[in-house]
Amino acid sequence: MANKRIDQPTGTETVGHEWDGIEELNTPLPRWWLWTFYLTIVFAIGYVVAYPAWPMIDKATEGMLGWSSRGQLAEEMSVADQARATFREQLARIPVERLPENSALMQQAVAGGAAAFRVNCVQCHGSGAAGSHELGYPNLNDDDWLWGGDLKAIEYTLVHGIRQTSDDDTRTSVMPTFAGAFDTQQLNDVVDHVLSLSGKAQSNPVGGQLYADNCAACHGAGGQGDRAQGVPRLNDAIWLRGNSREAIKRQILNPRMGVMPKWEGRLDPVTIKMLAAYVHSLGGGEDLVEVAEDPEVEVDEQP
Amino acid sequence: MSNPEDRNPGGDRDWSVVVEDGIAKTNDPVSSAVAEPAAATRRHELHEPAREELPQRLYEKREFVHNKRIDGPFRRFKWLVMVVTLAIYYVTPWIRWDRGPYAPDQAVLVDLANRRFYMFGIEIWPHEFYFVAGLLIMAGIGLFLVTSAVGRAWCGYACPQTVWTDLFQHIDRFVDGDRNARRRLDNAPWTWGKVLRRGFKWSIYLLVGLATGGAWILYFADAPTLFRDFFSGAADPIAYATVAILTLTTVTLGGFMREQVCIYMCPWPRIQTAMLDEKSLIVTYKDWRGEPRGSIKKAQKNPGQFGDCIDCQQCIQVCPTGIDIREGPQIGCITCALCIDACDRVMKDIGRPRGLIDYATLEDCEREAAGGEPKAPWRTLLRPRTIAYFLIWGGIGGALLFALGVRSHTELTVAPDRNPPFMLLSDGSVRNSYTLKLRNMESRPRDMEIAIEGLPGAVMWTDTIRASDAAATQTVTVPADLVRQVRAYVAVPEGARSQEFTFRVTSLDEQRETDTVETRFDAPED
Repeated sequence: MANKRIDQPTGTETVGHEWDGIEELNTPLPRWWLWTFYLTIVFAIGYVVAYPAWPMIDKATEGMLGWSSRGQLAEEMSVADQARATFREQLARIPVERLPENSALMQQAVAGGAAAFRVNCVQCHGSGAAGSHELGYPNLNDDDWLWGGDLKAIEYTLVHGIRQTSDDDTRTSVMPTFAGAFDTQQLNDVVDHVLSLSGKAQSNPVGGQLYADNCAACHGAGGQGDRAQGVPRLNDAIWLRGNSREAIKRQILNPRMGVMPKWEGRLDPVTIKMLAAYVHSLGGGEDLVEVAEDPEVEVDEQP
Repeated sequence: MSNPEDRNPGGDRDWSVVVEDGIAKTNDPVSSAVAEPAAATRRHELHEPAREELPQRLYEKREFVHNKRIDGPFRRFKWLVMVVTLAIYYVTPWIRWDRGPYAPDQAVLVDLANRRFYMFGIEIWPHEFYFVAGLLIMAGIGLFLVTSAVGRAWCGYACPQTVWTDLFQHIDRFVDGDRNARRRLDNAPWTWGKVLRRGFKWSIYLLVGLATGGAWILYFADAPTLFRDFFSGAADPIAYATVAILTLTTVTLGGFMREQVCIYMCPWPRIQTAMLDEKSLIVTYKDWRGEPRGSIKKAQKNPGQFGDCIDCQQCIQVCPTGIDIREGPQIGCITCALCIDACDRVMKDIGRPRGLIDYATLEDCEREAAGGEPKAPWRTLLRPRTIAYFLIWGGIGGALLFALGVRSHTELTVAPDRNPPFMLLSDGSVRNSYTLKLRNMESRPRDMEIAIEGLPGAVMWTDTIRASDAAATQTVTVPADLVRQVRAYVAVPEGARSQEFTFRVTSLDEQRETDTVETRFDAPED
């Protein structure tokens, strides 16, 4: 370590090493840098004491403050839940048909319903709620409703589902199988008559008679359907399973009928209400014809 | 090539002066800090011996500037500017401006939380931020204009660093006395008296810093409310943090660093070197008149041998950045012109004409040195460069004003639903859904009419207007100063085809502002 000397041009001491004539000046660190460095050491000691730091065998040291990222997350989640609590309480107390009167609550319900829809409903109804012709999932944006399109009816469908054997109150309807009931000509005549109800074909007397005998009991003489029984309208432009002659024939001979899960017990009533509000808001929602009696408003005695 | 042993190839010849083409050139080692301009660019000739390396120290130890009190026209002007700028800074947030019940009544307010920028009658939304960008460009070109006309006038009078440094120097003088007293106190040992005195002075520093930082936050919230909340402890923590940081920076930059900020930290003096030319007004020492310097006694003994400068050093003592203006234009000179006041006073006392140090252009100096008359001030100011800067500056300002005058306070954006793109209704008509955003920039709620143009037979309803009330035009109320989002459902009777059409929004008031957006109506392709 000998050979330290003062470098003439700079007036600085060298470190004493030499590599092929190259020497290094012993320039001290700037004071501010050094003190900042010491400060970081002090900070690090404090940090190690206060926060989880050293990894041990199965977990890290816990730190004096008892902080953990999981704990922080739980805290933030509970804060968020707290913030939603009043809204959910309000929503739990109001019957769904009275929701439109409270537009702020309605807006929140629609927003919440949109989120729940994306989790629970898009698998069949699609992310745009447009359903599917091929698979027979109904479009929820339009104004054609098999079981009714007001808030109460939508909520009922959500709660009890469609064709659910486990629920006595489920919505059920059956289209009989007509395979073998008509010969080819008769089938064509019936299809003609069905299409004529929405002006897409010419009716003929044979078809009309066959329709009156076999179909009108449920679908109505003019094909207007019946929501009480979930019978589809035949005189409109919307066909759940397609409006081609082939599709109609198939549905007469060997009808397919979809199911919808019951959400009671799988989703809480508030979420179901929000889903009803969201589906209603998609553009085809109908007004409730009769508004229920004033509900017995529970007095909230909890703080 | 060069052999250190053989540094003097010319033998006994004196190489300190090299004569070339009849011109004597010095061969003395030079430091760029004190050299004449030519030295930095002069080529080192091959036949000349190697220049001696100067032991350059890059670090210059700071000597604290204690500038002497001076009075004079420029000092008074500086007082005036200081009062005016400080008044603007402290009074502006308290000015009220009535904007009706839906908008804040503060004349100048940067409302970051609600993303609105208010300036008297002007309200700027985030999407109009180009106005602010334009103002910043104007400020930049304005600095060019001022610099090319009157040099570093910004640095000398209006820059916050200058104003606050000046303020702190006055505090020094108020507490510790003038230059000599302050220097004595600096060098004095730390007695109780000095501790008390320093404590008192630094408390005033802190108060000034607090007032500076405290006024700053008033621009970002309702001033009276924030002021009350601040002292009752109810203000937002960010307000306290901002005030703390700004107090610290004010005391550090204005109270302690002072001219060091101008000389080492600020980029503007560097830009100056590119902006100034021989036609810019700067504070100049007229060396042809002042040199060689000599005291009055010497001058009386040898009349005609000495210039007007009596080397009294008053110009150095009053300088707030502690430079010697007689060394010529330099980066430390902020052209505050206090040295002019000092020199004029001395010249008056000894009965010589004023203006040995004066505002002058380098061109005028040369002309005067050669015995000519200096140009009239307006001719120094009016020249192509300043006129060009002014036209650019004014052009941008005019364009901004024009844009501000014709901007619409009503705007519409349309986003068609893509999933599903269209919807068949039971009566065979086709419905498309759109998300409309109606912007109302007036500070009052306005009714707006939404109309469909170019889509025959189309009717429309919204999330708040029932389908049974569908019509080709609908009226909605947009709240004051807000964007209202409207879900619009447009239905076209059976036989609809895909086509372009237009949404038009019209404000239903005397302005009847309107905006149109072209969008697409989708229908099933058969």
